Amino acid sequence: MEHVAKLARLALTDDEIERMVGTLAGILEHVEDLGAIDLDGVPPTAHPLPLVNVLRPDEVGPTLDRDEVLAAAPDADDGRFRVPRILDAP
Amino acid sequence: MTGTALDIAADVRARRRSAREVVDEHLAAIEAREGEIHAFNAVLADEARTAADAIDAKVAAGDDPGPLAGVPVAVKDNMCTRGIPTTCGSRILEGWLPPYDATVVERLRDAGAVMVGKTNLDEFAMGSSTENSAFGPTGNPHDVARVPGGSSGGSAAAVAAGFAPIALGSDTGGSIRQPAALCGVVGVKPTYGRVSRYGLVAFASSLDQIGPLSNTVADAAAALDVIAGPDVRDSTCIPDAAPAYVDTLHEGVDGVRVGIVEELTEADGVEPEVRDAVERAASALEAAGAHVDRISVPSAVYGISAYYLIAPAEASSNLARYDGVRYGLRVEADDVGTMNARTRAAGFGDEVKRRIMLGTYALSAGYFEAYYGKAQKVRTLIIRDFARAYESHNVLLAPTAPTVAFKLGEKTADPLAMYLSDVCTVPSSLAGHAAMSVPFGSGVDNLPVGVQVLAPPLAEVVMLRVAQALESTG
Repeated sequence: MEHVAKLARLALTDDEIERMVGTLAGILEHVEDLGAIDLDGVPPTAHPLPLVNVLRPDEVGPTLDRDEVLAAAPDADDGRFRVPRILDAP
Repeated sequence: MTGTALDIAADVRARRRSAREVVDEHLAAIEAREGEIHAFNAVLADEARTAADAIDAKVAAGDDPGPLAGVPVAVKDNMCTRGIPTTCGSRILEGWLPPYDATVVERLRDAGAVMVGKTNLDEFAMGSSTENSAFGPTGNPHDVARVPGGSSGGSAAAVAAGFAPIALGSDTGGSIRQPAALCGVVGVKPTYGRVSRYGLVAFASSLDQIGPLSNTVADAAAALDVIAGPDVRDSTCIPDAAPAYVDTLHEGVDGVRVGIVEELTEADGVEPEVRDAVERAASALEAAGAHVDRISVPSAVYGISAYYLIAPAEASSNLARYDGVRYGLRVEADDVGTMNARTRAAGFGDEVKRRIMLGTYALSAGYFEAYYGKAQKVRTLIIRDFARAYESHNVLLAPTAPTVAFKLGEKTADPLAMYLSDVCTVPSSLAGHAAMSVPFGSGVDNLPVGVQVLAPPLAEVVMLRVAQALESTG
């Protein structure tokens, strides 16, 4: 569970992890009913529509205003999003 | 109280009533009961009055004010509204001002509708009771100690309380239909792709669909007439034009073939009064000239399991964007990974964390094929079973929700019990089909019951006609 929390970038407390183990176990037990179905040769469905490659004309249209978008960010600098250190992070 | 959306639009267009007068009446209704219901995360009184005055000015100038002129509408708070907070019921987006409008918001405004508020929801639309909102639960207008359903509970409550004749909701596994049933209003989930999702904050992208809630079937059809149809800004939107839904509503159900879905009507936990409502609805349609029989959709019983793997899997991916970088909350830390993880831990509520964890697990190396992969194959079986049923039937009938509105707090301690509220609605969602809930009688404690009309892809016209017939006889 700690590994999954790390994959999901969630800093869960020990208490949260403990509760999560209990409820997820119940849910995973319920979905075990899928194990009984014969799915041999059944293709997966990722998307319910038979649509492929809906394209729009390649024309320049209105785009979001950069300053307005950056104004909504927690931190911005010189026209870019600003984040804490990435390289050589501890 | 102040009439249907179609009545209001006709009056405003004919200058029998001003849009301002209509909006003021609805704002007064909100003022009177919003304190106990909490349908809204934000009431937009000033903006609504200004918009209403603009409609009245158009009418006075002889310009066409649009088919929904002066109609108050409530919009679920997961649809972007430029410069107006869009919270998704989450702390992680508190204070965020979207830089653009959702297509549906733009289309309603262009049609003359007046947005009166942003409605409460389960955080990121994950829930069946609206109790998962970071801003507190919504009460059911029929009994405020009970839930309105969810996740579009604020939208359903707003319509049921007379705050707005039309509200927009979003439905991923039943989030329009189930609250509509519990609040005694009409709720339509159109075919996947029928309504543009540009500006709808994503939950599970292969399932999410926007649709209307209203007091009458005709008002839902009128809303669909405005919002349905292609949109170049949403590549999953069906490129064909939508038909006119209001025009064909009253053509009746003579010769329409209706099947009662056995697996959903007989499902565990369906209350006898709810089952009885489906039977009575079937009899009413038969009396109106439809052919009714029973039909089996065997794989529908696996809907909940498939849904609660697929939707969390997609959610865990979609919600990766809340990382404290581009919008909303940030909890500072020395390095970016710790900042991401602390921000997400502080900003998301319990249910959202649970689904992210479940989805991440179902997609993780070694488990993908056993969970997500299997669920996708079951999804294929459900589509095939429905296709077989629709070879001999035009629409299907089932309960919308297994029970009437439950008490606030009754299911919050048991997530699985809450998930089972969606047992009758998830199959159509997985198939990408159209489905809607129509109020039909009442159940325990005189609370509203909804009957669900299911239809194949793009068969909204016949689905709405059947719903209209039920409304006329119910």
